[in-house]
Amino acid sequence: MPTVITTDKLTKRFGAFIAANELTFEVEKGEIFGFLGANGAGKTTAMRMLCGLLSPSSGAATVAGFDVYTQTEKIKQNIGYMSQKFSLYDDLTVSENIRFYAGIYGMSIPAIKTKTTQLLEELQLQKEAKTLVKELPLGWKQKLAFSVSIVHDPSIVFLDEPTGGVDPVTRRQFWDLIYAAADKGVTIFVTTHYMDEAEYCNRVSIMVDGVISALDSPAKLKEQYNAHNMEDVFYELARNAKRKAD
Amino acid sequence: MKQLITFIRKEFLHVFRDRKTLLMLFGLPIAQIILFGFALSNEIKDSRIAIVDYSKDATTTQLISKIEASNYFDIQRTLATANDLNNAFKKGNIKMAIIFPANFGSDLTHTGNATLQVIADASDPNQATTITNYFNQIVADYNTSLAGSPSAAGTAGAATAQPMQIIPEMQMLYNPELRGAPNFVPGVMALVLMLVCTMMTSVSIVKEKELGTMEILLVSPFKPIYIIISKLAPNLIISIVNLFIILLLSYFFLDLPVKGSVLLLVTASTLFILTSLSIGLLLSINAKTQQAAMMGSLMGMMLPTMLLTGFLFPIENMPLPLQVFSNLVPSRWYFIIVKRVMLKGLGLTAVWKEILILSGMCLLLFAISLRKFKIRLQ
Repeated sequence: MPTVITTDKLTKRFGAFIAANELTFEVEKGEIFGFLGANGAGKTTAMRMLCGLLSPSSGAATVAGFDVYTQTEKIKQNIGYMSQKFSLYDDLTVSENIRFYAGIYGMSIPAIKTKTTQLLEELQLQKEAKTLVKELPLGWKQKLAFSVSIVHDPSIVFLDEPTGGVDPVTRRQFWDLIYAAADKGVTIFVTTHYMDEAEYCNRVSIMVDGVISALDSPAKLKEQYNAHNMEDVFYELARNAKRKAD
Repeated sequence: MKQLITFIRKEFLHVFRDRKTLLMLFGLPIAQIILFGFALSNEIKDSRIAIVDYSKDATTTQLISKIEASNYFDIQRTLATANDLNNAFKKGNIKMAIIFPANFGSDLTHTGNATLQVIADASDPNQATTITNYFNQIVADYNTSLAGSPSAAGTAGAATAQPMQIIPEMQMLYNPELRGAPNFVPGVMALVLMLVCTMMTSVSIVKEKELGTMEILLVSPFKPIYIIISKLAPNLIISIVNLFIILLLSYFFLDLPVKGSVLLLVTASTLFILTSLSIGLLLSINAKTQQAAMMGSLMGMMLPTMLLTGFLFPIENMPLPLQVFSNLVPSRWYFIIVKRVMLKGLGLTAVWKEILILSGMCLLLFAISLRKFKIRLQ
């Protein structure tokens, strides 16, 4: 499988503080890559560097084949992003939201139309096309937000704690969507606090104090740390952290 | 370009979906004009007065009919003697009384001098001064008309409250009837434009931050400068519509046309709008919540605009530090421009300095906010 994200000793310093220290990893195409860590461990910093929002201090990285120092505009064109904060416009309808997000990625009007129909069908939201987003239940909004984040067919989608505050059933359904996207070849880069979700990932990296302290498949990590579940693995690693959560 | 249109379209959808805000945006100028135009007027109309006429001749009849014809006075009654006046004043029935002594008319024709007495209720001193001034104006008009008619040339300069040898000829420039509208319409324009531009802009940007949509926009290939342009566009258009609403209202209801060039006025207004938009942009960068942005624009912008523009309180009478500070308030300069162009009908030569100052402020503020906006993204 080709790799879509490659980092080599990627580092970000804020003055004397090293937020992300020599991160080195690769993510393959179509992989679901879990990015774990306690609050303040440096996940957001790492993710922001990969999204082209933050310039690294040293090290190298490419995302979708583009350099994070010089080709951030190309990177932005090729990635999707969904944050923990809910990110659709409440006062716009479902189809207006789709149209807006597709529009700012420069998609043509006929392409937007086809995509809207297809998306509404997949989510079974045809009847709600003209409904204001604020009238939808939270679970539907969350699924819609995910679909909108990949409306422009990016090769990678970054999900920053996408299931915060959602009930277990909806979370499960949400992961079905993630799997469906991964099957189509979209690479999923996801941060989460839910350890059961970590089990759903193909591979997981765990950051402690700005450093990646473990990186493998959930099964191998459990074996390595002699643990029953990912929760124990995470606790084993994170309890040695010196940094306070911010 | 296509992306920009998508974004601007979205911004308009936000505006039109929010009916309450929309109502406020367009209701505000109308409400302000009505309030200042009809309710909070500093003109005093229909003051109730009493007249005691001991003379009852042609001159007093003429004067009384002139008083009746003006809409400043409402003659409550014509009393036979001055004895009843005290009671009427005490009851608050009348604000002013005019007493024509016996032989008023014949004194005027024969000696060229006549005296009448004016008594005003000065418990509200401003009101008393204003209405006696209105009355003086009527008497002065009458004097002038007497002087104008050749048959009565000898009686010129008579009939004032006190016989005077020198009669000052007062002329109220640009606003001879001392109406309130010419002062407050420019003030309302400054207030409304400031409020709409500054508050709406800052709130709409902070809203994106609060919602978390700003993050998505920053991760997208959409350029930050486009975000700014799209945020400013609807407010710019709404403000210009508001400007025309105010101008039309004052033309049709307050009888206050634009005396100078409409083009110059609109250009200057656009400049002021852009300045206010830049302030809104600047506020939005520092505010974290919509409430903070709202409070920032209300306390930080509305208050200085109300107090230091010069339309409620004269700046010349303020303590020096405030006078100096008022120079930094954009609406102060805009107010001067509007007064000169709209009321006095002056051209660019009269306002170029103020326009230059506004342009400078606009450029500076926009440059700072643009810079700050970009820094935040890093």
